Amino acid sequence: MKPSAMSKRKLKESSAESAESISQVQKILRERFCHHFCAAGKLFGMEQQYRHLLELLRRTTVHGESNSALVIGPRGSGKTALLNHVLKDLREMTQVRENLLEVHLNGLLQTNDKVALKEITRQLQLENVVGDKVFGSFAENLAFLLEALRKGNRTSSCPILFVLDEFDLFVHHKNQSLLYNLFDISQSAQTPVTVIGLTCRQDILELLEKRVKSRFSHRQIYLMNSFDFKQYIKIFKNQLSLPAEFPDEPFAQKWNNNVQHLSEDKAVQDVLQKLFHHSKDLRSLHLLLMLAVSAVTVHHPLLTAADLQEASRQHSTDSKANIVHGLSVLEICLIIAMKHLNEVYDGEPFNFQMVYNEFQKFIQRKAHSMYNFEKPVVMKAFEHLLQLELVQPLERPSARAQREFLLLKLLLDSSQIMEALQLYPNCPTDVKQWAASSLSWL
Amino acid sequence: MNTRQQSKLIYSWYGKPLGSDRKLRTSHYKGILITSESSKTETCIQLGDFILVEGVNADQPYVAQLVDLYEDGAQHKHAVVQWFCRLEEIPQNQRKMLKRDISAQEVFFDQVLGYDTDIAAETIIKSIMVIPLHLGEELPVITLNKEQTFYVKQSWDGKCFKVLSPDTFSKLKEANKTRGVITNSSKASIPSDIFTPVKKKTESVVRSATKPKKIDMEIESKHSSSKSSLSKERHSQRMANNDIKTPTARKKLELNSPTRSKGRLLGYEVLGLLDDDCDATAPLEQSATKRKVKFTNDILGSPPKIPCSDDKSKSTTQSAEHHQSDIMRLSPYTKVNDFSDEDKNLQEKDDVPSLGGYQSSQSPVVTPRSRRRCVQKTSALIAEQISMLDQEDFLSDSDSSYSLSSEEKEDDDDDDVPCTPEKKTKSNRILSTPKSSRKSAVHTPAKTLRKTPLKGTPRTPRNATPEIPRRIQATQEPASVLEEARLRLHVSAIPESLPCREEEFQDIYNFVESKLIDGTGGCMYISGVPGTGKTATVHEVIRCLQQAAENDELPPFQFVEINGMKLTDPHQAYVQILEFLTGQKVTATHAAVLLAKLFSTPGPKRKTTVLIVDELDLLWTQKQNVMYNLFDWPTQRHSKLIILAIANTMDLPERIMMNRVASRLGLTRMSFQPYTYKQLQQIVSSRLKGVKAFEEDAVQLVSRKVAALSGDARRCLDICRRATEICEFARQKRAPEMVRMAHVTEAIDEMFSSPYVNAIRNASLHEQIFLKAILAEFRRAGVEEATVQQIYHHHVALCRMEGLQSPTVSETMAICSRLGACRLLLVEASSKYLHMRVRLNLSQDDVMYALREE
Repeated sequence: MKPSAMSKRKLKESSAESAESISQVQKILRERFCHHFCAAGKLFGMEQQYRHLLELLRRTTVHGESNSALVIGPRGSGKTALLNHVLKDLREMTQVRENLLEVHLNGLLQTNDKVALKEITRQLQLENVVGDKVFGSFAENLAFLLEALRKGNRTSSCPILFVLDEFDLFVHHKNQSLLYNLFDISQSAQTPVTVIGLTCRQDILELLEKRVKSRFSHRQIYLMNSFDFKQYIKIFKNQLSLPAEFPDEPFAQKWNNNVQHLSEDKAVQDVLQKLFHHSKDLRSLHLLLMLAVSAVTVHHPLLTAADLQEASRQHSTDSKANIVHGLSVLEICLIIAMKHLNEVYDGEPFNFQMVYNEFQKFIQRKAHSMYNFEKPVVMKAFEHLLQLELVQPLERPSARAQREFLLLKLLLDSSQIMEALQLYPNCPTDVKQWAASSLSWL
Repeated sequence: MNTRQQSKLIYSWYGKPLGSDRKLRTSHYKGILITSESSKTETCIQLGDFILVEGVNADQPYVAQLVDLYEDGAQHKHAVVQWFCRLEEIPQNQRKMLKRDISAQEVFFDQVLGYDTDIAAETIIKSIMVIPLHLGEELPVITLNKEQTFYVKQSWDGKCFKVLSPDTFSKLKEANKTRGVITNSSKASIPSDIFTPVKKKTESVVRSATKPKKIDMEIESKHSSSKSSLSKERHSQRMANNDIKTPTARKKLELNSPTRSKGRLLGYEVLGLLDDDCDATAPLEQSATKRKVKFTNDILGSPPKIPCSDDKSKSTTQSAEHHQSDIMRLSPYTKVNDFSDEDKNLQEKDDVPSLGGYQSSQSPVVTPRSRRRCVQKTSALIAEQISMLDQEDFLSDSDSSYSLSSEEKEDDDDDDVPCTPEKKTKSNRILSTPKSSRKSAVHTPAKTLRKTPLKGTPRTPRNATPEIPRRIQATQEPASVLEEARLRLHVSAIPESLPCREEEFQDIYNFVESKLIDGTGGCMYISGVPGTGKTATVHEVIRCLQQAAENDELPPFQFVEINGMKLTDPHQAYVQILEFLTGQKVTATHAAVLLAKLFSTPGPKRKTTVLIVDELDLLWTQKQNVMYNLFDWPTQRHSKLIILAIANTMDLPERIMMNRVASRLGLTRMSFQPYTYKQLQQIVSSRLKGVKAFEEDAVQLVSRKVAALSGDARRCLDICRRATEICEFARQKRAPEMVRMAHVTEAIDEMFSSPYVNAIRNASLHEQIFLKAILAEFRRAGVEEATVQQIYHHHVALCRMEGLQSPTVSETMAICSRLGACRLLLVEASSKYLHMRVRLNLSQDDVMYALREE
């Protein structure tokens, strides 16, 4: 008994140790997956863009050259990450330190020019800022800011970097006067200014008014997720590996070896391939890995291919089909009735009465297998479907229209219904048959 | 004297014509009488007197010496003046030449040739003192009467300052000696007492015994009349300097001793003047006046002796008031007093000593208690009268300002312009001299109602200077040829000359120059697509004109620029123009009134204004009143306004302007054609002169490419700049090299290539299949629109063909929204889920092309 007790204690000790390591791992990886903006992570496949942007900003700060540029790329392609990286590296340069004023605006926050102007003035800490507030009318603020910028010159004023996140939303401001003024300053001998816009819209230039467009320098930096699957695997490895400075070195070693194994595993590669085929952005990869990493516990200290497969399954389940799994048989029957109506009328809208009639037809044929619910009960079930947004009314329900005759559409595809039925537990066979064909009784 | 019934200022000649010129049909006079109805004072200003003349900025009236007065054939009264200029009128950069501090009271003998010395007599505000001093001399310390006294040490001829010539000096001195002012006060009730001429002689600066009063009078008179409008303001200002009669005093007199009139003689010349005064006034009146003068002179000879007189004779009141005014003058805050307030003060001072806080310190107020009751009574009566008077005045004022703002009334924003409290305070703030106070209005019952509510929120700090912090480390100078080239190619770099716009430059220059020389106004409309050098050319013209003006080849002018894009609202244009011209900050509606006045009245000393209106189309409003006003001003006779309007579209006047606006804009138009490739090439190579950074062919390629697309010079320069960067990146391995075709081609591709194809090629596999499914569905349905459900079926089919696992609906929706966010697709709101309609944002051919290459 003794030796076994010893081993138990040992096991406890090691498990306590590994528990700490595990929580460390969780902390490091979760931070990595959640903080896309933090400049700590590495950039993948955008070295050229990085150089371009860094050079641009360096020239602004060092030579006082005004510029404007747009960083364009689909969501999750690393626009903000790129910019943050560049800014971090820029701040570390000795020539640049304390020599650059930054103004960060976001199209979702600064919804009109008035707010944006106040925010700019506040961030620049101009002299009309009282504490943290900017008073005065819109016109006054604009005149003040323009005057301030106009007074400066290339050699003596501190360069200003304007970062406009969600740039496409600024385009909808009245007359685009903020953009006009910013670009105009960047094209005239005033305070050196660099305007960087971040957007995911490829058609952004078409949205600019002609005189605003003319003032924009047409520098576009595209981020395209232009890596292939091999690089994707590398990124996967990189994202999951623990850093060298991890305190518990043997554990880190073990973990990293495991990651290396995983990346060569066929099952894992399949999972990643599927994800890669769906979307190339790193955010969805992070999401997948997040789910997988959450499965790591003291008793299950290393990731396995099964974890990733499970995560992938969760990641890709159909949300509407999921809801169908939780429905009652009556509600399933109503959905099947709707499916048949859709097939008969080729996707034309239907109303409750039609669905009820279809359901009645089924009941009359298969009375023995199905309890004949009264109409109010069926109505209640139908309204439940409405609330789950499995069906959607064409127009908003009004008080006058009778609910039975409200026109609706089904928000499920027939393939989704069939799939959901396969997985539905204890589904009556008759119902399944009915679902397969409306004419099954023949 | 029939004109005296009117409430405004009446200008009439003093004395008979000295001589007349038959040919020119002018008759000359030696003095002018300024009569104000409401205060019933008259001022006589004679030749040689120093005067204030209405200027652009009401705070800063012009200083001048009256040289001649005449009436022309059309019965217009004219005055010829010798100008003095204030420090503010001298250009900032030339003030430095003085090398000494200039007090606000110092003026310069103006020898600038460009100014019109012939002014309308109606613009004279009041008379003042200008005292010549030698250059080294200190300004006499006079704190009492700053508004009234100016000093002159040097002359200014537009280029340099000179010491006054002895001749001028003695002339000015002489003028001061002989200066005389006549003030008449009268009462309407008794005709024989209409005139009480009073005269004072100011012998020297030091003699200030009478001067303090002037200020008080000014204040009192200001407050006695309501000050809501320009005319009122002006009038009170004018009336103010006339030393003796305050309305308060007069009204008291009327109440107390209706048959009396009062007057005071402080000098002797007036008698002589009156004697040879063969005015239109009846001799009867004159004699009456003389008698009065003597009488009052006696009384006032020893003012300290009579303060306790029991009867409420006007002299007592006057002396009491005199004392009070003395006090008031000492602390600036007390000037906030009102007419009625003062009455009350007068009364309160008697019984509640603590109330008269300012009185305590120095003045020997010896008002007897016995007067108290009567004073109470009278002051009550006076207050009543005044409130009525105020109301009347106010009404008439609002009328007059209505007429001024008739243009503005079209404006939608302020329907009841002059009557609103805001309006009132504003006009007060802007137009009153610093001495006037707004607070006083609160005391008059009639005005209390119109009191402006105090603003609760703190305002922007007034003295905030718009400034960006300075950089800490110095900028690096360009080290290499490419960096130098890049610096020169930046759009902001100002080239020495503007190549390829010589003709346009000449046309605009000639236009503005001719108008400047003629001293007239005019409009020019300049159109052209963006980046064709409109603004740059106009600025170049202005720069050349300014240079010419500096060299005295042209009359001096003011240059104002507004940009429609830099205004928050079209009406802000007025505010900016006014601020440029006068430095005043007012609301848009009020600025419109002021500008209309400025441009419609003959401004004697006003320079021609050249106004550039950039991005004109943004000044469009529903009623187009901003545009209308802008283009209407130059057509007025005295406007001296030249407008250069810039916009993009050639047919803007026809397209968006009402006929009356377009007609005023006139037909002087110019359009800037897009640059041809040769011109673009010339522009680039002129900027690169002396820097060997570009191959000739490379420049030509850029020029041809840009000329074919837009002819936008900015684009051309940007491409060249980008090409230098690309060259620099590529160069790092090898020795410095020039920008070659390859670099330029890359830059052009970067800027002009369509992003869509690239975006599709870099999309994920399922995204591409989804696009294929869309194409398939479009082909099937024959309509360029499909729902997600339809596309999904195709998608699943395609996946089966490719042997891929088909995606779930949720995944398909995600793909769809991703493509929608990039705007490769146009999608509906996502709440419709499967029934969401989808369209392509690019042509099917592009999609096919992008997908086929794989």
